[in-house]
Amino acid sequence: MTQSGTVRHESRHAALGLTDEQAVAMYETMMLARRYDERGQLLQRAGKINFHISGITQEPSQVAMGFAMDRERDWFLPYYRDYGFVLSVGMTVKELMLSIFAKAEDPNSAGRQMPGHFGCRRLRIVTGSSPVTTQVPHAVGFALAAKMRGEPQVAIVSFGEGSSNQGDFHEGCNFAGVQKLPVIFVCQNNQYAISVPFSKQSAGRIADRAIGYGFPGFRVDGNDPLEVYRVVKEARERALAGEGPTLIEIMTYRVTAHSTSDNDLAYRTKEEVEFHKAKDAIPAFRQYLIEHGLWSDEKEEELAKRHRAVIDEATEYAEKAPFQSPEDSVRYVYAEDEGEAR
Amino acid sequence: MPVIEYIEAIRTAMKEEMERDPEVFVLGEDVGLKGGVFGTTKGLQQQFGEARALDTPLSESAIAGVAIGAAMAGMKPIAEMQYSDFMFPATNQIISEAAKIRYRSNNDWSCPVVIRAPIGGGVFGGLYHSQCPESVFFGTPGLKIVAPSTAYDAKGLLKAAIRDPDPVLFFENKKCYRLISDEVPEEDYVVPIGKSKVMREGSDITVIGYSMPLHFAMQAAEELSREEGVEAHILDLRSLQPLDRSGILEAASKTGKILIIHEDNKTGGIGAEVAAIIAEELLYDLDAPIRRVCGPDVPAMPINPPGEKHFLLNKDKLKAEMLELARY
Repeated sequence: MTQSGTVRHESRHAALGLTDEQAVAMYETMMLARRYDERGQLLQRAGKINFHISGITQEPSQVAMGFAMDRERDWFLPYYRDYGFVLSVGMTVKELMLSIFAKAEDPNSAGRQMPGHFGCRRLRIVTGSSPVTTQVPHAVGFALAAKMRGEPQVAIVSFGEGSSNQGDFHEGCNFAGVQKLPVIFVCQNNQYAISVPFSKQSAGRIADRAIGYGFPGFRVDGNDPLEVYRVVKEARERALAGEGPTLIEIMTYRVTAHSTSDNDLAYRTKEEVEFHKAKDAIPAFRQYLIEHGLWSDEKEEELAKRHRAVIDEATEYAEKAPFQSPEDSVRYVYAEDEGEAR
Repeated sequence: MPVIEYIEAIRTAMKEEMERDPEVFVLGEDVGLKGGVFGTTKGLQQQFGEARALDTPLSESAIAGVAIGAAMAGMKPIAEMQYSDFMFPATNQIISEAAKIRYRSNNDWSCPVVIRAPIGGGVFGGLYHSQCPESVFFGTPGLKIVAPSTAYDAKGLLKAAIRDPDPVLFFENKKCYRLISDEVPEEDYVVPIGKSKVMREGSDITVIGYSMPLHFAMQAAEELSREEGVEAHILDLRSLQPLDRSGILEAASKTGKILIIHEDNKTGGIGAEVAAIIAEELLYDLDAPIRRVCGPDVPAMPINPPGEKHFLLNKDKLKAEMLELARY
C-alpha cells in the first residue's frame, strides 16, 4: 500500500498496510477478548455458568488472523479457544455471553453446544464440534467450493497442535495440496494437549509437515501479532492468486488450565506458567502503540471503562435471557420445510 | 419404458442431476477417468470435466469431510465410498459432523451431502468387500438412509437424495448392479425418502426387507404361490431412516405373520427396529411370533464359496422360512 508523502519513519504496521486505526482496533479487540475471557472464568467460579474454556495469551495472534482476512468474502473455521478470532470477524461479546449462558438467542447454537463451539452463518463462521480437527476437511471443502465457483474467497481454519496429529489434519492438508485450494491452516501451538506437552505429541515441527503436502509452512511467534498478520495476509494473497494452501504454526502458550474442569498444576509447574505469562503479547503491543503515539494511559482507562460496560451489559442481558424451550430443543434435526429442493 | 440395469440407473441419476444443477458434483477414489471401480461414474468426467467428477486421494475421512464442507458452502456433493467396508474412517465425519450440523447450529447451517456406498456380498469379496454397515449408522438422528432394491428406486431415490436438504447415506447393493434390471422412465421423477413400497400383494404372510434379499423373497414367493398356494405380501422398506412406520404397520396387519429379512447381521439390525415397531402397535393382531432371517452374527462373510454361501440369504433359505411361517 502506498503511504502519503510524509517523511515520518514508516511503522511496522503501516509497512504491512495496516492503518493506525486498524492497529488500534486490533489492540482493542485483543483486550476485549481478554476481558471477556476473564469474565467467563469468574462466572464459572461463581457458579453462574457451568463451563468455560480459555484462550488467554492466544488472543493477539487470533486477532491478527481475523484482521488479515476479508470479513465479507472469506470463510472462518475457528477452534474452541478462538474468542479473539471470532470477535475480530464480527461476533459480539453479547453473542458470546449468550453462548456461555447457553441461552436461546445464542447465534452459535441457541445454547445447545458448549461455549467455544462457534458458528454463525451471517458472519461466515462455520459451525464446529468437539471431536477435534473435523473442521480441517470442512475448510478444504469450503475452499473447493470457492474454486469450483470461481469466487475469490479463502477459508481459514484453526486448531491446536494436539489436533495436528489427527488423521483429518493430514487428510485435509493432502487434499488441499493436490487441488491447490485457497485455504489457510493455522495451528495454534500452545504447547499442551490438555496435559500432554508438545514434546510428547510430536518429534518435529508442525510447520515442516507442509513440505510433505507440497505447500509452504511457516512457524511464527504468537507473541508478535504483526508478524502473524503478515504471514496470514501473505498466505491469503497466495491463496487468491491460485497458489494453494499455507500451513502456519503459531508458537504460543496456554497459560490457563485446559478448561475450568482441569487442574493444570497436576502436570506442570507454576514457575513454567509464570515464565510464559511474563511474555504476554498484549502489554507489548500496547507499548508498541504508545511508542507510535497511538495510545495513552487515558485511552487505556477509557477502553477499560468501555469494555467493562459492554461486558457487564452483555452478562446481565445473557443471564436474564430465556433458555430455548424443551419443545424447541428437539427441533431442526432435519429441515422443517421438508423436501424443499435447493 | 426402457429396461435398464441398477448401475445404469444410479449413473443416469447422477448424470441428470449434474446436468440439472451445476452445484452437483461427485468425488471419490477412481470416480474420474476410470469411472469408478464398478463403473458407476463412467462417462461423468468426460461429460462434466475433472472438477465435477473429482478423483480424490485415497482418504475416506477427507472425501466425506471435504464434501461436508462444500455442502455447507451450498454445493450438492455426492461423495463416493468405494466400498461401504471402507467408509469407517469417514464415520466421525458422518456421525459427528454431517448428522449434527443442522441441529447443533439451531438450523443456521445445513449439510446437503449424499454419501454413496456399495453394500453386500456374493461377489467373493471376503470380509472387507462384502459388508452391510447400515446398522452402524441407523439410529443416528440427522442422517437419512436409503437402500434401493430396484433400478427404478435406485434412480428415483438417488435424485431425491441429491435434492434433499439434509445428509443422505445411499447404500447401493453391488450384487444388484448388473443382476437387477427393470423399467425406468426416461422422464424426471423422484422416489420420496421415507416411503416403503409393496412389491407383491399377498394375504398369507408378510415379508419386510430391503435391498438384494428382497429379490430372493420374490422368487420364493412365486414358487410358494405355484407349489403351495401360499401368497406372500412383500414390502420393500427402500428408506431405512426414516422408516415408513405406517407402511410397515399396514403390511404387517395385512397377514399377521411377519418375516423380516436383511443381509446385515441380525443383532441390532434394521429388522430389530421394524420388529419393535410392529410389537409396539400390533402385538395382539399377530398370528405368529415375528421372525427374522438375517446375516449371522459373525464379523463378516468369508471369501471361500461354502462360507460365503452359508452367510448369504438365498431363495431356498427364504422359501423354507416363509413356508414354515405360513403353516404356523
